[in-house]
Amino acid sequence: MRDQIPVTVRVVYLARLREAFASAGESLRLAADRPSTVAELVDQLRLRGGAFAAELAPGRAIRVAINHAMSTSSDVLHDGDEVAIFPPVTGG
Amino acid sequence: MSVRVQTADFDAGAEIAKLRGGDARVGAVASFIGTVRDVNGDASVARLTLEHYPGMTEKSLEAIVADAKQRFDVYEVLVIHRVGDLGPTDQIVLVVVTSAHRGDAFDACRFVMDYLKTRAPFWKKERTADGERWVEARASDDEAAARW
Repeated sequence: MRDQIPVTVRVVYLARLREAFASAGESLRLAADRPSTVAELVDQLRLRGGAFAAELAPGRAIRVAINHAMSTSSDVLHDGDEVAIFPPVTGG
Repeated sequence: MSVRVQTADFDAGAEIAKLRGGDARVGAVASFIGTVRDVNGDASVARLTLEHYPGMTEKSLEAIVADAKQRFDVYEVLVIHRVGDLGPTDQIVLVVVTSAHRGDAFDACRFVMDYLKTRAPFWKKERTADGERWVEARASDDEAAARW
């Protein structure tokens, strides 16, 4: 068995998603045998069903930021990253 | 500081005077103030709560200001955005730009607002007679930002 480095990220839910998930965030462990992308993290959450499946359904607009910078679905996650998931912004 | 996120109201006149600061190079000052309307679509809005993502908010606004200074011939850019509980007619956001000439001042001011509307992590939640609802993002905001 090859060595595995644990990859744990801090996930933050904001605005409508925080309310829908009844959670401001959580610590999430990712597959360690290969790099995980933003898309894979979202897939992992969606598989929980319920509000996660509904809010993160394909076609629903969400945005993801890694360490306070907007990301794309193919960006790779690293141990200790803060990953924020939120609806499109509506400030101004 | 060229970027401020705060619950308190702001005095646009005082902020403009401070930003100009007696700088004789300035020949144009453009400003924008966004305010809370009492109606959105078919519902009348009693209150508005503005949520943000502390840490990223300031960073994203600073990046937008830096971008504006790269793209346009401007001297100073100020952005103040309020968060928390607001009511109709309250001020939400202030953008002020100083420049030698009006063209860059107007353009930079509009650019900052168009980018802020699609990139800065703020969310509005409205309280109406039917209860609370999160404001949905508009496609027209993406189109406005895509022009630049």
